[in-house]
Amino acid sequence: MEGGFTKNLGKVYALYTLGFLVFFAFMAVLESLGFSAETIGIGFLLFTIGIYALIGWLSRTAEVDAYYVAGREVPAVYNGMATAADWMSGASFVALAGGVYFGGYPYLGFIVGWTGGYVLVNSLMAPYLRKFGCYTVPDFIGTRFGGNFARVCAVVVLVVASFTYVTAQIAATGTIAAQTLGVPFEYGVYMGLLGIFICSMLGGMRGVTWTQVAQYIVLIIAYLLPLIWMSNRLGYGIIPHFSYGEGVHRIAELESQYGLQKAAENIAGVSVLTTPQNAPSGGGWKMITLAICMMAGTASLPHILMRYFTTPSVRAARKSVAWSLLFILMLYLSAPALATLTKLNLLDPNLPTSIIGKPFEEVSALSWIQHWSSIGMVAVADQNGDGILQLNEFFMKPDIVVLATPEIAGLPAVISGLVAAGGLAAAMSTADGLLLAIANALSHDLYYSVIDPKADTRKRLIVARVLLVFIGVAAAYMAAQKLTGILGAVAWAFDFACSGLFFPLVLGVWWKRANAAGAIAGMVAGFVVGSWYLYMVFNGLMDPWFQIDHLRFGIIGMPASLIAMVVVTLLTPAPSKEVQDMVDEVRIPSGKTILGSH
Amino acid sequence: MADNSAQNRAEHWRKTRNLTILILVLWVLFAIIIPYSAAALNSMSFLGFPLGYWFCVQGSLIAFVLMIWFQNWRQDAIDDEHGVSE
Repeated sequence: MEGGFTKNLGKVYALYTLGFLVFFAFMAVLESLGFSAETIGIGFLLFTIGIYALIGWLSRTAEVDAYYVAGREVPAVYNGMATAADWMSGASFVALAGGVYFGGYPYLGFIVGWTGGYVLVNSLMAPYLRKFGCYTVPDFIGTRFGGNFARVCAVVVLVVASFTYVTAQIAATGTIAAQTLGVPFEYGVYMGLLGIFICSMLGGMRGVTWTQVAQYIVLIIAYLLPLIWMSNRLGYGIIPHFSYGEGVHRIAELESQYGLQKAAENIAGVSVLTTPQNAPSGGGWKMITLAICMMAGTASLPHILMRYFTTPSVRAARKSVAWSLLFILMLYLSAPALATLTKLNLLDPNLPTSIIGKPFEEVSALSWIQHWSSIGMVAVADQNGDGILQLNEFFMKPDIVVLATPEIAGLPAVISGLVAAGGLAAAMSTADGLLLAIANALSHDLYYSVIDPKADTRKRLIVARVLLVFIGVAAAYMAAQKLTGILGAVAWAFDFACSGLFFPLVLGVWWKRANAAGAIAGMVAGFVVGSWYLYMVFNGLMDPWFQIDHLRFGIIGMPASLIAMVVVTLLTPAPSKEVQDMVDEVRIPSGKTILGSH
Repeated sequence: MADNSAQNRAEHWRKTRNLTILILVLWVLFAIIIPYSAAALNSMSFLGFPLGYWFCVQGSLIAFVLMIWFQNWRQDAIDDEHGVSE
């Protein structure tokens, strides 16, 4: 990718989008010629991964600046798209609508939390970190506060948070690959990993940036197309976002008509609908505690913050935060609409796709029920023996709502292939960003800054790549153990990040008096207290305080971090004049970056 | 143009800080107070949606984007005024 490429981004990606749509049309033609759904699904996966691999190969680099921060030449709009892909993980694409479907009002905390965090990123972090000119987030902590110990603490928090997160992403790629290619989950995981390596290994941040833009385009088309199609069928118009309000009322009616009851007998791995779509009374606390953790986590997760290191200027960094959120909203405004319409499809007896209240025999013969039951993601059981499927006899795994929607709504198989490609793009793009964040922190902050500061460029980049492979394989191994659901593991990552890093980062810019001892105390206290609370509550060794469950442990970790940081800072001497001048310098956009030599 | 005096710097930072505080107050309103009060707001209706639900799935999200655009517009003006833009 030479200089000409960044000048022609508009043309290149317009052509790419067109090419993808032509491919989609080609697949639709194949379907009408009688090719099977499996062939079409495999076609989608191979075609998109092939494109990402090509971009990754074209972006290969031997320069440190290109490898770590994409040469700091990514325009704001494209960085916005790349951030959106980096941000919207398997959890957003695959699991979010399912969470809204099953979790009701408290789960809307994810919707508010995963968007509102960008206000914090923009006002508290991104412009200042960009001015700092660092390669990684621990780079900022290490230089602002001084000393390798602070740097290493930041690396530890980063690795724990990002590793938890990347495990969930690799699990999501595994689920999709396994489901589409018909291979066991464990193989799917390693096949997904291979795709991720192809994008990130040769080109580092530069390769990841340009593949993420491509992945955003695929994932947003894949999310919107089925939704628009379904909405048209149900009579909500081309853009359902502003008209599905009626659907929300209709669901409330249906819910009271059927009654939301627990299943007579639980089935492992799948659940029945028990939470109403919209009943916020008494749920406010649960909702906002979740939202707060997700927002503070957004502003502390290194794989997001480091995306703003790639812009050409401070002003461009701010602008690209605005673009990021706009691109993210394209999906986030759609997820609740998708959940609502899918629920209507299943529940509303006036629609031909409905299954609740239909004869049990008829429902269990439906092809999508059989398909998803065969892999244990859906179950129907006539537990009261009346021969009719009741609401509490239909079991579904929340994670599959998006993937199964096209089949539920009776859309053609080509749409299912598209959605699988979109889910894969979402999970892969986030996994790329996370793996790079971990490997870069270890190679730059641990190896280069602490262990061997004299290492030459070639050696540094080799170490970075070796670490990338090693961490990727470790994460895939963890993912293959199937420890947690997608949404759960992702929430933990945000809690770890906000417990350990939020206040040290914010106060590093906003409080000149903050010093190294305080920052270390803040990181250690937040991280240790948060992890301890998670351990105690998750294992049932202790009752949650104020209904703060394991998904929200950042609410406990963050205050611990703040108090420790402020108290220890005030008990120890103020930082030197040079450090205070450095903070002043970070606060204005003009002038050289602090780490100018980087 | 670039006025590097300490006074100019301090003035620039004071305005930056005030703008940030304003944005954070709006953030608390749209990200915490309104979603928390969804139950009360649901008695009202907007575009056919119960209002509290609408804010959680659309209203607050749109407010976040507008807040970021607004802050960037004002911040650029502040930077230009004090001659510290790039």
